[in-house]
Amino acid sequence: MPSPTLKNKDYDYMVKKATPNTKSAKNISAAFLVGGAICALGELMGYLYREKVGLPEDIVPTAVSITLVGLSILLTALNVYDNLAKFAGAGTLVPITGFANAMSSAALEFKSEGLVLGVGAKMFIIAGPVIVYGVVASVLYGLVIFALGLY
Amino acid sequence: MAKKIGKYTLRMNNPPSVIAGAAIGSKKEGEGPLSAYFDIINPDSSFGEKTWEKAESRLQKDTINKMLEKAGIASVEVDAVFGGDLLNQCVGTTFGMREIGIPLFGLFSACATFAEAMALAALLVDADTLAQAAIIASSHFCSAERQFRFPLEYGGQRPPSSQWTATAAGAALIGTHVQPPYIKHVTIGIIEDLGVTDANNMGAAMAPSAAATLTHFFSDTGTNADNYDLILSGDLGAVGSELLYQLMERGGYDIRKKHADCGLMIFDRDRQDVHAGASGAGCAAAVFCAYILPSMREGKLKNLLFIPTGALLSPTTVQQGESIPCICHLIHLADSPEPAGV
Repeated sequence: MPSPTLKNKDYDYMVKKATPNTKSAKNISAAFLVGGAICALGELMGYLYREKVGLPEDIVPTAVSITLVGLSILLTALNVYDNLAKFAGAGTLVPITGFANAMSSAALEFKSEGLVLGVGAKMFIIAGPVIVYGVVASVLYGLVIFALGLY
Repeated sequence: MAKKIGKYTLRMNNPPSVIAGAAIGSKKEGEGPLSAYFDIINPDSSFGEKTWEKAESRLQKDTINKMLEKAGIASVEVDAVFGGDLLNQCVGTTFGMREIGIPLFGLFSACATFAEAMALAALLVDADTLAQAAIIASSHFCSAERQFRFPLEYGGQRPPSSQWTATAAGAALIGTHVQPPYIKHVTIGIIEDLGVTDANNMGAAMAPSAAATLTHFFSDTGTNADNYDLILSGDLGAVGSELLYQLMERGGYDIRKKHADCGLMIFDRDRQDVHAGASGAGCAAAVFCAYILPSMREGKLKNLLFIPTGALLSPTTVQQGESIPCICHLIHLADSPEPAGV
């Protein structure tokens, strides 16, 4: 020990003082702008699918999601998405594109371990918890609605 | 044979030499300030292999072969190799040394592995057990990321305290004393853990281990920072270096003017987006072999304390919320083998 009097608590204080904070102002602005841009792109696609392609109203949201997911996977494979995310942070993480990136980046990374134990199993290593707790949340939500007699 | 002085330090009786060294880096290291000092910069980080694990093994194999070529000896003339890396079960080293045919001691002290290897090789050479021994350590950004963090293409932001694993390896040959630099003392570290749990702040986790080992050495030898040209840590980075200064000041030692960190030398922090600096077992090994060893040979550095630190965590212990035990091994190198003074 450099000094027998140094407790974990004291060192924790020293570490906090020495560690630079994340640049919140810059990160939050970048997340707002890029995240907003992705949503605006979704809106534009919705407009095009509805007005120009003539898709029925109930199909449009699905078509927009599929297109955004496809674009995200393409950009992941082209080694672009991670560089965009380095700047955008939560802006690329929160929209559906972040989920697609989490799945496809893991699939790419672990293909060296084979199609079953690599791609198949490890694809869910980041996005898996989202699915698990998404399903759990939807069950709880369903129970609340059932209990309130809304069915 | 080495003799224990004080409580933790081993003094060589017949200080062994670092006879030769070689270092290989990849693209990002080639864009860094030490680019020109590497023996080989291979811009292809796959090193022509199909997986990142194979790439790291290839890096080790190429580095030890380059070192043997520079030393002008065949692998059969080397009595043992001491090596390690960061991958599970040390596969970077075991696969890398598969065809080399030298008796292997596989080691793990995370980013302090190169110093552990140097200490063991020096002790056995000093004891006349081995005539000459090779030492090697490596790290690879891509194999480390997939083992410790996220897939390469995953979109995430790193906190400012995080460090960038160097894709690099360094290998050296330790032998009976013939030329500088000489290994005069080694201080083997004890595990230090002051409760840091953040794997994205390894410099902070490791600083107490560096402070402990350095303090042990100073008190065992009765010296202080003024007696040395340079105190070189492995990969404390910007955060860990500052914490090391503060910890040493608490013990009454001022090392600010004498300290440098390999993790702050291999990359340019302003230009290369590496946050708090570099890390990895290959960082200290490559900086030592590429830059420090030639500087000692040319007499620019005469008296050096090399103190790489290692964070002894695994992805499992991090997920279980454990704090990070760390270790630091010290190697004292000097331009004269004379045991008198330090």
